[in-house]
Amino acid sequence: MGGAKELLKYGLFAATILLAPYLFSGSYLLNVLVFAGINTLLAVALNLLLGYAGQISLGHAAFFGLGAYASAILTTTYDWNPWTAMAVAALTVGALAFAIGFPVLKLKGHYLAMATLGLGIIIQIVFNEWVDMTDGPSGFSGIPNLTLGPLTFDSDRMNYYLVWIFVLGCVFFSLNLANSRIGRACRAIHDAEVAARVVGVNARLLKVQIFALSAMICALAGSLYAHVMTFIAPSSFGFTVSVELLTMVVIGGLGSIYGSFLGALLLTLLPEFLSVMHDYEIVFYGGLLMVMTIFMPDGLVRVMPALCRRLPSLRRAKEDADA
Amino acid sequence: MSTRMMTTALVAAMLLLSTSLACAAGTIKIGALFSVTGPPAFLGEPERNSAQMVVNEINRSGGIRGQQLQLVVYDTNGDPTKAVQMATRLIKDDHVVAIIGPSTTGETMAVIPVVEKDRIPMISCSAGSKITEPVKRYVFKTAQNDSLAVAKIYEQLQRQRLQRVAILTVSDGFGASGREQLKALAGRYGIHLVVDDTYGPKDTDMTSQLTRIRASQAQALIVWGTNPGPAVIAKNFRQLGLRIPLYMSHGVSSKKFIALAGAAAEGVKLPSGKVLVADLLPKRDPQRAALLAFIRDYQRHYRTEGDHFAGHAWDAVMLLKMAIANGGATPEGIRQALERTRNFHGIGGTFNYSPTDHAGLTKDAFVMVQVRRGNWVLAP
Repeated sequence: MGGAKELLKYGLFAATILLAPYLFSGSYLLNVLVFAGINTLLAVALNLLLGYAGQISLGHAAFFGLGAYASAILTTTYDWNPWTAMAVAALTVGALAFAIGFPVLKLKGHYLAMATLGLGIIIQIVFNEWVDMTDGPSGFSGIPNLTLGPLTFDSDRMNYYLVWIFVLGCVFFSLNLANSRIGRACRAIHDAEVAARVVGVNARLLKVQIFALSAMICALAGSLYAHVMTFIAPSSFGFTVSVELLTMVVIGGLGSIYGSFLGALLLTLLPEFLSVMHDYEIVFYGGLLMVMTIFMPDGLVRVMPALCRRLPSLRRAKEDADA
Repeated sequence: MSTRMMTTALVAAMLLLSTSLACAAGTIKIGALFSVTGPPAFLGEPERNSAQMVVNEINRSGGIRGQQLQLVVYDTNGDPTKAVQMATRLIKDDHVVAIIGPSTTGETMAVIPVVEKDRIPMISCSAGSKITEPVKRYVFKTAQNDSLAVAKIYEQLQRQRLQRVAILTVSDGFGASGREQLKALAGRYGIHLVVDDTYGPKDTDMTSQLTRIRASQAQALIVWGTNPGPAVIAKNFRQLGLRIPLYMSHGVSSKKFIALAGAAAEGVKLPSGKVLVADLLPKRDPQRAALLAFIRDYQRHYRTEGDHFAGHAWDAVMLLKMAIANGGATPEGIRQALERTRNFHGIGGTFNYSPTDHAGLTKDAFVMVQVRRGNWVLAP
């Protein structure tokens, strides 16, 4: 991570995250924030692929689901230690994505979108149909909570810290990665793949590596989700989830790690605040997303600082007008 | 976007929030989780309607021991994660004494750890047997177990000495649970499953599965699914000229199925909750009075026919009402009173809960019905 300013920003971010539960203690919002954390992990993972390396994926929910099912089955059916299962799940999914990545990432644009979409759908069909292993469409229950020594992660507060500490780690790692040689090479591929190859970036390998890394973070998020919920069903890992992740990344801001956090937070919390509108909730939600993509195409993360800068000047202008 | 606009939006949002917070004191709050939108909306919508209808009726007639009921309903969209969040919201923020719903087995299984931990009684409106087997301390259900419907069909097949049976189930939660029970109970009735096939919830043609069944030795076909799939199967079944008896599940026990399948529905048999044939029931049937009242009220309020899904929520609210009247308006009091429920004649059947049975129904909850001249009649 470059520079004191960046470090300060991260410190502030971490402090806010760690203190937030004291604001929401005893409220169901703490429970929603646990899932916001899981969505942040997923959005950051997808952003590494889409925002930095410029490769789209409409199948990321599948990696999320693979992580969740791997953890669920290994810990429940085979009595593995949950932490070992989590690591094995992440590594296996990463390896799988690495293998799939070679043929799939040869494709570009719409074709890549189609291929990843297909991948997502195939994996969801497996969750649905392999009933002996996954318990099929009615879902897999009885997954244990995570434990660490004397701690059991079974309350909203404990789960909040569990999930968000993983998020903090992942954000720190991703910020560093983005500012490293690898991150710069990724952005070079994003802007002009041929030019990047000319200057010596192994574009093909790097794309596959980022794809595998992204899948690994998703699998990790899946494992956490399984242990937090203690129940999983195939419907939580479908195509709509992949699209929702994409929306989080785009609304938050492509190529910005903090942007993914904002996008995930907004899209997870918004339905809660809109629920007072009852039947018009979905209409308003859709409308808001449209307005945001039209008026802030660069994402929340780039609009907010601009807005903050403009606020004092607006106030000054108003005071001048009043005087 | 100007700051003025933002301020206006903020103020509007706050106003909305404050109105939702305003609630009268001295009321008993019960929560409800229904998937009013999303794929299972065909369950959640009638459930929400009838729950609200009963609560209004209870309040109009003086509430429970003079206290008014307040129903807090959240839409779960058929999503287990959302169901868990909303259950937490009902418990932590709304402080409800009991929860009705969710609408599907998946959502119910996801919510069970939450209510068990916070000790809030829940009456689920979904059918899966695993909800109450094994018994969970705080979890009850009103929808009939799939195993009861399967037993009803198998009994009839056994009487007619039909042993080689084909099953065709939909690949979603409902179909998977049905398939499991169909396979588990076959042996007990001396039935041999010669074909075990599935179809997708969105499939529009099942000719290939039916061709395979026609080529087999099957003497009867059992189809397990919810609308519209089974209607397509009934049509394909007639087109292929199959002559064996066609059985379906209670998932399509509504007028809607006949409307979808048209002439192809003729002769289809299925186990159904009694609500479908309430006016044909013998006068001595203990459920008759409740059923006719429910159908009349639902028709008057919503201008449409109350189906057995609406009935699940009706039963849940009525059971809660009795439990609150007998055990007091505390979670533990309600739980204990629910377990003492005896001979409650509801829409889904006659309920008898006990510490070892939180589903409360026997196979008498179902009757065999048949389509004749475009209408449901009691099957012989």
